[in-house]
Amino acid sequence: MKIKTMAAYAAEGKEPEILFWVGCAGSFDDRAQKVTRAFAEILTAAEMEFAILGNEEQCTGDPARRAGNEFIFQMVALQNIETLNMYQVKKIVTACPHCFNTIKNEYPALGGTYEVVHHTQLLQQLIDEGRIKLKEGGTFQGKRITYHDSCYLGRINGVYEAPRAVLASLDSQLVELKRSKQNGLCCGAGGAQMWKEDEPGDKRINIERSEEALATGASVIAVNCPFCLTMMSDGVKAKEKQDEVMVLDLSELIVQNLA
Amino acid sequence: MVQQILFLILAGGASAYAWTQFMAIRKTILLGQDEVITGDTSARWRNVLLIAFGQKKMFKRWIPAVFHLFIYVAFLFTQVELIEIFIDGVFGVHRFFASLLGGFYTLIINTIEILSVLAFVATFIFLARRNLLKVPRLVKSELNGWPKLDANLILIFEVILLVAIFSMNGADVVLQGRDPLHYHDTGFLAVSSWLGPALFGGLSDGALVLVERAGWWLHLGMVLLFLNYLPKSKHLHILLAFPNTFFARQRPRGEMENMPAIMNEVKSMMGLAEDTGAADEELPEFGANDITTLSWIDVLGAYTCTECGRCSSVCPANATGKQLSPRKIMMDIRDRADEVYTKIQSGKPEYAVDAEKPLDKTNFNDGKSLFDYITREELHACTTCNACVEACPVLINPLEPILKMRRYEILTESAGPGSWLPMFNSIENSGAAWSMTIDREEWTKA
Repeated sequence: MKIKTMAAYAAEGKEPEILFWVGCAGSFDDRAQKVTRAFAEILTAAEMEFAILGNEEQCTGDPARRAGNEFIFQMVALQNIETLNMYQVKKIVTACPHCFNTIKNEYPALGGTYEVVHHTQLLQQLIDEGRIKLKEGGTFQGKRITYHDSCYLGRINGVYEAPRAVLASLDSQLVELKRSKQNGLCCGAGGAQMWKEDEPGDKRINIERSEEALATGASVIAVNCPFCLTMMSDGVKAKEKQDEVMVLDLSELIVQNLA
Repeated sequence: MVQQILFLILAGGASAYAWTQFMAIRKTILLGQDEVITGDTSARWRNVLLIAFGQKKMFKRWIPAVFHLFIYVAFLFTQVELIEIFIDGVFGVHRFFASLLGGFYTLIINTIEILSVLAFVATFIFLARRNLLKVPRLVKSELNGWPKLDANLILIFEVILLVAIFSMNGADVVLQGRDPLHYHDTGFLAVSSWLGPALFGGLSDGALVLVERAGWWLHLGMVLLFLNYLPKSKHLHILLAFPNTFFARQRPRGEMENMPAIMNEVKSMMGLAEDTGAADEELPEFGANDITTLSWIDVLGAYTCTECGRCSSVCPANATGKQLSPRKIMMDIRDRADEVYTKIQSGKPEYAVDAEKPLDKTNFNDGKSLFDYITREELHACTTCNACVEACPVLINPLEPILKMRRYEILTESAGPGSWLPMFNSIENSGAAWSMTIDREEWTKA
């Protein structure tokens, strides 16, 4: 894939329509990389001028801050803001709700104010505006799909409808989880849990959530977050259901249905 | 006359003692650090109106919300009767409002009576939920001992109070037929007009007067007892829910409180800001390890908590058997705040950092901290999912103190889970949350 960086745009004296903030998981995790590629493919299909920061991007600092390490957070956050402000970035899209939350809600206090959207919001917009066309009767038509609200997109930032509207465009059958929207149950990865083992308990949180998702009888568990993707995939695998049930990011669903 | 004097002594004494207790709670809450109150004041009043007064968030769970509403509305309306009790008590009159308000009085008393019956039913249902049905969130281990007794005591007080109201009204109705000059006609009362004659119809005049007076004094006594019990009890939420919803933080839920001291330090390290020389000073402690390093809003939250456990029942860590329970965090903060306040009040020099100076919150060290109440395992189990924050019907934020204690552990103690170290190092050294051998544009090459 040929993806232009902000530096390349700047060299041409141009500005892209939007900056795609890829995030660490989207850059480095094998599974999440597929989501990144799917989303980049959709943006390309929509003929959107977008750029990435590439190697100038750094971790937003979310896991360090939530673990309690404000020093590390401030270090990377301030460097990121320097970079973003240098390129005069105005609008950012990201496929990670943690990056989304930190840039949207925490960077302003440090001097970085941007319009930030989550990729599910942009997907909805592109579908609504007709910038991407979906197949009639695509791969997921009539299939039972359940949707797992990530904490950082859902309860923390109140985005519940955009991802559901995107799912609706697939003509599939959305089965809500027992705990959804404001009451959604965490996948277990937030607050820097992704980087450590669970504390002792009866059960891992992702198992609890995966059991709930499997109980819906859906053949696809749709997610909007790379950490949820890992946690739910692990949970489904632990329940030995990986052959029957797929855990997919919304952009992966859409990319398969592009006309 | 004897009754008036007795009333003044009892009501005056109890109110004065309650006042000193409430002032002590206020001082305890203010042991917390100052916090700048930002945001939209009209949004704050909206919260008070909708969430505290209007109980909006209670209705996320219908069954307890409806029964709680019965008790709450009954409590609000009974205040009218309470005002009358005070007027009657001070001036030695009987049912002062009855002749004054006429038909409207009948309406008010009827409203109170119907609500009281509903509250009576609700009270027994609540007792059953705690003691027979054992609703999971109401029997968790952190409630063992005093919290469990506290919850049941309040419900029993409620029953006694309602019995007092109906004895007073029931006997009064019968007396109205026998001595209409002293006992003003209250009109037809929904409950007492049949319950009174049914229970007390056969009593002599003397016995009736005794029942009526006993009901009246018992009602008053329970109110005064309740007033003095409140500051010791989780039931303080009936008052503190109002300030707590007003002072609840307005910043976005996903925004952790910024730490300007660290931000400026890092900025000057990066050459982004003029070195103010602040970096040369000894860095203060970061985060919170005790009541005096939390914000007073966190301590207010702890005193507002009524231990309903909605937070813990939605906590993913708690639901999967981890030690963490957001309710316990708030209960621990309250217990520790009580301890710190009591020790400071004791004036004992052994608790002073500098024994020469008077004991106060800046000159206090009892060798203990919040970490003696809240284990690290609890703090480390939090996923910051905000389910507890969303669940609280009175806008307490248990996540805030958890994150402040994590900050203390990492920044001040350089402790914390060892498995976080590679993440910290990797972010610091290579700007990535994992230590990687590939570059960030790798995915474009496939």
